[in-house]
Amino acid sequence: MSWLLFGLLAVLTLGGGLGVVATRNVVHAALFLLLSLTAVAGVYLVLFAEFLALVQVLIYGGAIVIVVLFAVMLTRSADYPRISDNRQWPLAAVAAVGVLGVLAAAFTARPTPVTRPQAPVFDDLANSLFTRWAVPFEVASLVLLVALIGAIIIARAGGNER
Amino acid sequence: MVPLTYFQLLSAALFAIGLYGVLARRSAVLIVLSIELMLNAVNINLIAAASHLDGTGSFRYFDGQVIAIFVITIAAAEVGLALAIILRMYRNRATVDVDEINLMKW
Repeated sequence: MSWLLFGLLAVLTLGGGLGVVATRNVVHAALFLLLSLTAVAGVYLVLFAEFLALVQVLIYGGAIVIVVLFAVMLTRSADYPRISDNRQWPLAAVAAVGVLGVLAAAFTARPTPVTRPQAPVFDDLANSLFTRWAVPFEVASLVLLVALIGAIIIARAGGNER
Repeated sequence: MVPLTYFQLLSAALFAIGLYGVLARRSAVLIVLSIELMLNAVNINLIAAASHLDGTGSFRYFDGQVIAIFVITIAAAEVGLALAIILRMYRNRATVDVDEINLMKW
């Protein structure tokens, strides 16, 4: 059962990813990304990470894809169908296959000893986040605040436009 | 149960697809989408390690899932900032083709 689910979700994830890098239409690419990210949320469920699956659907499916679609809408230009891949795409394909080969060899060379797949109790996750990881948590919230203020200032109309 | 290796191979394949997208695409929006694919590949790897390896060696307290939460946070900040830069770029140069953004190229 979990094999069947994993196979289906892997096909959806990789198919959506290939759609993102292969399609010429930017809106289609954003929708393929949504498919891939939702399938990744399913993979998290297979791994017993319910909270992460929920966060994935909310943040990626709900926020990031919408923001990307807004950006596509605001930068609408006639040259979107024309620009697709650059001239170095064969080199890029070679680099991607090379990285895949190295990573696959590293992952399959020496199987690590594993325990039974297990899920954290939700309280433990929260305790860990707010005790052992409290300082990185505060830094992350500061980074988010600074990034969003910066985004507003950069994207704001006015200033010295050419 | 599905062994850890298959999740790692899925993550490696997704990372390679995202790497191809970053290197080969010309539209800045599509490059941002490919970066999102790579970040998700890393997250699959972290969460698979968290649920399969917890309790062995130095893997404890499901740290992988906490780090994945941080990765998602940074990804959200990165996407907001990157799309603001793309909007600015479009307004100044009327293009999102990264090959034509060569003002600072020597």
